[in-house]
Amino acid sequence: MDSVISESAVSGPAERKPLSSSAENGLKIVVVGGFGVGKTTLVRSVSDIRPLNTEETMTQAGQGIDDLSSVRQKTSTTVAFDFGRISLNEQTVLYLFGAPGQQRFWFLWDRLFQGTLGAVVLVDTRRLDESWYAIDRLEHHGTPFIVARNDFGADSYSADQIREALDLDPDVPIVACDARSRESSKQVLIALVEHLHHLSTARERTP
Amino acid sequence: MSAARPGRDDDPDRLYTVTGGRSRAHNDSFDLVTLIVSECEPTAGMQSEQAAILRMCRLPTAVVEVASDLRLPVSIVKILLSDLLDTGRITARHPQTMRGPAARRGEVPAARLPDPTILEQVLVGLRNL
Repeated sequence: MDSVISESAVSGPAERKPLSSSAENGLKIVVVGGFGVGKTTLVRSVSDIRPLNTEETMTQAGQGIDDLSSVRQKTSTTVAFDFGRISLNEQTVLYLFGAPGQQRFWFLWDRLFQGTLGAVVLVDTRRLDESWYAIDRLEHHGTPFIVARNDFGADSYSADQIREALDLDPDVPIVACDARSRESSKQVLIALVEHLHHLSTARERTP
Repeated sequence: MSAARPGRDDDPDRLYTVTGGRSRAHNDSFDLVTLIVSECEPTAGMQSEQAAILRMCRLPTAVVEVASDLRLPVSIVKILLSDLLDTGRITARHPQTMRGPAARRGEVPAARLPDPTILEQVLVGLRNL
């Protein structure tokens, strides 16, 4: 079951295109979803570099203080995650993080969500229940998100059915995508940022 | 998801050694996407991980990329970066998603929305892909 994660061969610094010397602002978007739903595929489709892999460790202190779950044991836990990047201009670099959607990884998201622009919840309509917990956490954090259904060819659900199944607010966009396609994955990111822009300008109008 | 990647050095002794036994950085300002830039070249006798950071950050490199390249957990890399920052051997370019006074570090709640002008730049960049 580790193959989907570890299959992204780690590219060393030597063959990776470096950032411009003027790069000064790193931004984040998180792609969260159930196992095998296509997070790394989406990241790879739009990334300037082959997805890299690293790990984050949760130590006992300072994490999960406000968490209602029972995950408070004093062990340290390690989670691997994939990421890619897109140079948007000479100054701005967008990092895309693929985060596993399972409940036991909540602490990783809490870190990734901190300061993130927003999130894409990638769903497989055959396994919508795997997205419930992730959506719950995003709402808890106030992190804006959109839902992208990765088209596995057998999709017969309407956006309304998905919205109902996931109990989404009416203003959360739902888009269809093919995570293998660069253009389609790019449109998912654009849909998210347009949604963020809409929220951000709406807030400015009503302070 | 057990992080069992081939060739990965997860030896706890190594983690202990590179940080001098510390498990947390005293400087918690590093984001995963903070861009690190070297301000000097490695010197003789410098710890190999820190020397590697100075080499890989001649051009701006995000904390998370440094961690990936060093094959060390992000939390360990933040400790190493914290030491390098304290001694002026690197500089850190922190992410800016807000403008104005509220953008000062440590005052931005997670739920705050990014500045529209930054989002517009992101949209232009994405559409040009």
